[in-house]
Amino acid sequence: MHHLEVRNLASAYGPLKVLEDVSLTLAKGEVMALIGPSGSGKSTVLRVLMGLTRPVSGTVLIDGEAIDYGKPASIRAARDRMAIVFQQYNLFQNMDVMRNVTIAPVKIKGRVRAEVEKEAARLLEKVGLADKHRAYPEQLSGGQQQRVAIARALALKPEILLLDEVTSALDPELVNEVLDTVRALAAEGMTMLIVSHEMAFVREVASKVVMMDKGQVIEEGPPKQIFDAPRTERAREFVSKILRH
Amino acid sequence: MERIIQQIPRFFAPGHVSLLLDAASTTLALTIIGCVSGFLLAFLIVLLRQTPGLWALPLRLLGIAYVEIFRRIPFLVVTYLVLFFIQAFASNASLFTIAVVAICIYATAYTAEIIRGGFESVARQQVEAATVMNFSRWHTLTSIIIPQSWPVILPPAVAFAVGFIKDTALVSQVGVFELTFRGKELNNEGFSGILVFGTIALIYFAISYPLSRLGAWLEIRLASSRSQKPRERLRAA
Repeated sequence: MHHLEVRNLASAYGPLKVLEDVSLTLAKGEVMALIGPSGSGKSTVLRVLMGLTRPVSGTVLIDGEAIDYGKPASIRAARDRMAIVFQQYNLFQNMDVMRNVTIAPVKIKGRVRAEVEKEAARLLEKVGLADKHRAYPEQLSGGQQQRVAIARALALKPEILLLDEVTSALDPELVNEVLDTVRALAAEGMTMLIVSHEMAFVREVASKVVMMDKGQVIEEGPPKQIFDAPRTERAREFVSKILRH
Repeated sequence: MERIIQQIPRFFAPGHVSLLLDAASTTLALTIIGCVSGFLLAFLIVLLRQTPGLWALPLRLLGIAYVEIFRRIPFLVVTYLVLFFIQAFASNASLFTIAVVAICIYATAYTAEIIRGGFESVARQQVEAATVMNFSRWHTLTSIIIPQSWPVILPPAVAFAVGFIKDTALVSQVGVFELTFRGKELNNEGFSGILVFGTIALIYFAISYPLSRLGAWLEIRLASSRSQKPRERLRAA
């Protein structure tokens, strides 16, 4: 049984189709990368998974159990098992780093504050921000904010971590500190679904690459196949474009 | 002019001064009670307007209708409406109560728009981040939306209340013993209109000016609070 399975997912903004017949499977501990030109629907897949965008049709299953995106309770259950990190970090501006990481486990999941704070301290150390507990988001660089956002997602103890272009908003010199964090998570066996434009990174950490265009999956396979010997014309075109620079 | 000068000692007799001070405090009390309760009710109106789901459609429409209607009726007309409505159902209600209710109804409609604007100034991404972590609407409101929007809401809300101090003069029309009402009385007793209303004007100014300065100070302080207070806190830590 697949850990995460997406079957024939379709989504639309009004008359505009953004996803058409998208199917994916993800095994436990696997890192899958979604790549493709902007506007191809990669981020929408993650938004649908997290219940931020309603699917028009299709099924999402976690461990074989279908999520009913029409039912708030089912969406909440799905959000208990998956966490997402956004391109723009979306840290709560009115809270310091520690509170950003601990608020959901304490307030929403009702866990003991002292215990959560201990875990949060460990997570912040892991992402290299042990000295920033009391800093506010606006006092941090983009790379630091994004690492806090990753720690915040991990504090929820998700089974599957979704990363939505987590380095796209960063200055080039800050990209690596975030990628290092993601690399470490991959090495620990975290199940991840990554939307990324960092092709070298995708090649290195992903076990499976799914290429999308115009809301559809055009090719999927191991990174070697996708980058070195794409089978479809559209995939070849995209790869030649991104590898040119 | 001579008449005015002659009248000054008699006009500023202790009895009159305390009468005017009483009236001034009535004006201030009307404004504060009316605007503060209006502000709290406005929160409820905004929450009604933002309740999602089909079942809440009547609530949303009610919220919208309230704001749209009362923002388009002159305050004086609201006051008369409240007067006649309340007298029809509770004939022993005090005029002060009637004036407070009128002010509250009016302030609710105006501050609801201020609050809604403040809530909408919070970035959509902040709310999405809360949503994916299973925050309830209530938690999102109290932990994220209100803390992030009150620096945007408070200054115009205070400015509204300060501006309203002078509009309370209109409730003199229904006979509340506030400043303007007392002014008319003294004027009827034969004191010069220039003297009476000149003094009253000064009192309105003396109440409004410090409060509007307070509002301006608050605005500057709150505008910088998001960028500077954390840093201060950090330094202290």
